Amino acid sequence: MNRFSGVDYLDLDPFLDDEERLIRDTVRAFVDDKIKPIIEECHREGTFPLQVVPELAQLNLFGASIDDYGLPGLKGTAYGLIMQELERGDSGLRSMVSVQSSLVMYPIYTFGSQEQKDRWIPALASGEAIGCFGLTEPDFGSNPGGMRTTARRDGNEWVLNGAKQWITNGTLSAVAVVWAKTEDGIRGFLVENGTPGFTSSDQHGKFSLRASVTSELGFQDCRIPVNNILPKTEGLKNALMCLNQARYGIAWGGLGAAMECYHTALEYAKERLQFGGQPIASHQLVQDKLVWMVTEISKGQLLALQLARLKDEGRLRHFHVSMGKRNNVWVARECAKLAREILGANGIVDDYPVIRHMLNIESVYTYEGTHDIHGLVIGERVTGIPAYNPPAAKAAARQDAVVDPVSNRR
Amino acid sequence: MKIGVCIKQVPDTEARLRPSASGQWIDEEEIPFAINEGDEYAIEEAISIAEQTGGEVVVVTVGPERAREALRKALAVGAHRAVHLADEAYAGGDCWATARALAAVANRESFDLILTGSQSADVGFGTTGTLLASMLGWPHAWLVVGLEVADGSAKVTREMEAGKNELLQIGLPAVVEVQAGINKPRYASLKGIMQAKRKEVAELSPADLELDPSQVGAAGSRLEFLSVSVPPKGEGAQILEGDTAEVATQLVDKLRTEARVL
Repeated sequence: MNRFSGVDYLDLDPFLDDEERLIRDTVRAFVDDKIKPIIEECHREGTFPLQVVPELAQLNLFGASIDDYGLPGLKGTAYGLIMQELERGDSGLRSMVSVQSSLVMYPIYTFGSQEQKDRWIPALASGEAIGCFGLTEPDFGSNPGGMRTTARRDGNEWVLNGAKQWITNGTLSAVAVVWAKTEDGIRGFLVENGTPGFTSSDQHGKFSLRASVTSELGFQDCRIPVNNILPKTEGLKNALMCLNQARYGIAWGGLGAAMECYHTALEYAKERLQFGGQPIASHQLVQDKLVWMVTEISKGQLLALQLARLKDEGRLRHFHVSMGKRNNVWVARECAKLAREILGANGIVDDYPVIRHMLNIESVYTYEGTHDIHGLVIGERVTGIPAYNPPAAKAAARQDAVVDPVSNRR
Repeated sequence: MKIGVCIKQVPDTEARLRPSASGQWIDEEEIPFAINEGDEYAIEEAISIAEQTGGEVVVVTVGPERAREALRKALAVGAHRAVHLADEAYAGGDCWATARALAAVANRESFDLILTGSQSADVGFGTTGTLLASMLGWPHAWLVVGLEVADGSAKVTREMEAGKNELLQIGLPAVVEVQAGINKPRYASLKGIMQAKRKEVAELSPADLELDPSQVGAAGSRLEFLSVSVPPKGEGAQILEGDTAEVATQLVDKLRTEARVL
């Protein structure tokens, strides 16, 4: 199998600057050298490769967008290209870095006190500390505003009660960014591992993101110092700001998974001989699948690059990000299926990365805002009518403002 | 200690090469380029020596505009500044003409040590470093897999045949040509990549190096590529199929009955 050298049908490379290309190529080489040789084993065993954390830190991949504490302060495209290359390795690996950077370091840096920043940003950047983000609960996924976790002020302490689920990095974490309801609305808190009343345990039986740690967090009269509140958080919108950062990365990450599947299928199709020694790449039906993949990946790249431009200009809105996350993860999901078809029986074994990506992408399709909820975000943007809550949609329908159901499925 | 590292940007080893229209070189359109692998070890060695001794690493290349990317990468990994001989006059040079240009840079910079790879992955003559040392009148070691620098001299371990190594002590300044096994090149960090933008890349013309354009590039070369071609497929080549045990059995059988060498 030839080494991955990128998917660049539209000759986009010259539009990247030298640093962006070098950053991408560095992370690409790291993934090829250090991740690909071990990732299938991690997937089989259901373990996160903790041994690569110091190397990820040495590359400055944690908190790479932060321009402070000696961190690189990367612009949108460079950050996106990192996510693309990491997810080309594995969605679980990208998830770990996404959570550390966008969901832990970003909120501490953006909403934290000076003391919180000084304590945690260097520790998280160096990989000495891993962090997690607790928003989703067993009964509240797409509707986080309904959360039941509470934080009650008691003298010099906050008392947390509740449970969080589907938490990436949970049991690995030294610190959890936890969102809880207070008398003044939803606020963010820092809960350190080892705090009495705070428990975490891994979720088992996953068929997806097996190389990533997914946990449940429990809070039972968990008392944390009053200073552990993130002082600049005002409500759910702050949690959604974090997710916007992470989802932006996923719009790029999805392309990475799609590229790996496409590359694998293309190389396979050129080498697999059938029907009198002809490569299956000579078959029209196989070409059609490859053409679909490279076309959708190319369109996804344009979408991601535009999100990057908007981000760098400070004009990126959540509904832009929704289109990027929704489309590009869907492209990855479809590419994984088509690549699996091209690989035939070989597509179902982990000698090839395709089935692993196919399984992983089912999680990515659903977490960080499901495909369908992002569809509703876009729907609200174009119609002005929020349809998340069916009765509201019914009311709107009565006013003859019905949205045409648009399916972007093939 | 001031260390010069001579690097070359070569076609990526994964690139699919085709002869160019003239037939005298390969078609460079649409192929990826990378730092020559041997030179990656030279960069790493120089940076780690500089880290230990507090020296400066200057990376030097002869090559067109695209070669700047190779210099940027070396700077991102930790080299302090770069010299780029990009002038049209340097183009098409053989080892001799290239060594002459590099020698002029070495004289101008007064390096204490020059590191480079033992050979390039494209033409693979393995002579540029040797010529450079001889033009400078410096000692020289080739195929080096170990290097220790102390007090004006260097202990070098050279790889010999049959798994044996040779340990030499040579005086500095010297040209040391390294190869795989001497170290593990590090990855550039993102911070390193961002800092590389602000590091100096000096473009020097032949005049800057007090050389006549006729001494460098194609004009100063003693060797000319007449043609390059894809090797013809060997007649009678057979590809054995099956698992390792089956293939081994078939191979022994063929060596015995067809080739009659066993």
